[in-house]
Amino acid sequence: MSERGEAPRSESGSDGAAARGAYLDAASTEPLHPVARTTFLAALDAGYADPRRLHHPGRTARLLLDNARAVVAECLEVRSDEVTFTGSGTEAVHRGLLGLAAADAGRGRRVVLAEVEHAAVRHAAQWWGEPTLVGVDRGARVDRDALAAALAEGPAAAVALQSANHEVGTLQPVDEVELPPGTQLFVDACASMGRVPLPRTWQALAGSAHKWGGPAGVGVLLVRRGARWTSPFPADDRSDHRASGFENVPAALAAAAALQAVVAERDDLGARQHAWIARIRAAAAAIGDVDVVGDPERRLPHLTTFSVLYVNGEQLVTELDRRGFGVASGSACTASTLEPSHVLAAMGALTHGNVRVSLTRSTTDAEVEAFCAVLPEVVAGLRDGS
Amino acid sequence: MDPDLVPDLELDCRGLLCPQPVIDLARRIGEVPVGGVVAVVATDAAARHDVPAWCRMRGQEYVGQDTADDGVARYVVRRTT
Repeated sequence: MSERGEAPRSESGSDGAAARGAYLDAASTEPLHPVARTTFLAALDAGYADPRRLHHPGRTARLLLDNARAVVAECLEVRSDEVTFTGSGTEAVHRGLLGLAAADAGRGRRVVLAEVEHAAVRHAAQWWGEPTLVGVDRGARVDRDALAAALAEGPAAAVALQSANHEVGTLQPVDEVELPPGTQLFVDACASMGRVPLPRTWQALAGSAHKWGGPAGVGVLLVRRGARWTSPFPADDRSDHRASGFENVPAALAAAAALQAVVAERDDLGARQHAWIARIRAAAAAIGDVDVVGDPERRLPHLTTFSVLYVNGEQLVTELDRRGFGVASGSACTASTLEPSHVLAAMGALTHGNVRVSLTRSTTDAEVEAFCAVLPEVVAGLRDGS
Repeated sequence: MDPDLVPDLELDCRGLLCPQPVIDLARRIGEVPVGGVVAVVATDAAARHDVPAWCRMRGQEYVGQDTADDGVARYVVRRTT
């Protein structure tokens, strides 16, 4: 049994051996993919130079950066000139959403977004001026009538929808949503990029490399050819006019290598993860008085959320951690703001006693079974003590 | 909700953090008859979402939200079972 406060870790023992715990928080960040590590280390030595310079090391760095862009484009089925590397997923969100809004500034300060969007999108919309929030159903899918009504009220500088929810996993049917002609759509795909194919109907889209096993500090911004996009921030004279700051060539290349690897393995891995999450959802539901949240089928393969009635979320996370399982929570007592998750609230889900479980690419069957075995004991213990 | 509705039982959960207001509601709703009304007065931000969610999960009726005399939020539930 690990000590309280010690980081949870995966036990990579042979299948069938009882697992003593696992890191089950891939949705916060996936551990670095081995391919990303190898690529990153090699590129630190080969790709250090300024990719704008004409000398040999500069041309090498430029080649590596262009290669990273080409790999990402191929993985995401877009054009190379539609791909920009940013300093984070959040920066990709800012540049994507606000770049569309800046280009359509004549349409005003309104950004229309679903109530369940990530805080980065909400803050960006707020920064732009007038966010208009559109409600969702119990599964976190946007209310299309309410969206149409919000857009009928007046023009929007941009609309923002996520490809999949980062807390509950529900896939947002982005391609089925109809927008008025000329209205540009930004898609936050940070939770899903690499794990499932992207939606097709957007003008700008953002992803985050550390969510798929790339390094932190790399975001991917896609801007469709023909989209109206203007930089919302000061210009910079770098190799890509949509980005600013010195290019992080080694990290971009490592992110691209990891993306290529996860896209190649996702059919197989995604099917296994989907089944394991179904197992965890069933185990949570079997406890009784547990609100298992999000769409049971049309969801990300690797993540789920449930809320346990009468249990304190912080205690639940702490007790699971004591037993070696690292999970996240959307309960108010676990948040810096002391406000419960706006996603759970928008869905009408129970917000206390909340746990988000998300599987990494190295999660084992034994770990999932061990979690399913420990969960009822932990819940019973906390309910008895309350 | 009906402004003249007078609860059969009012629970003072001011200052209690989640999930305590919901625990108190579950423990004490049995004190009113079926059809009776319980009000939960709570300062905790989660109660606004968790009292209706509790009603859905436990098959009780969430009547709505108003405010206590001191302006603190009050969540009203009708016992149905």
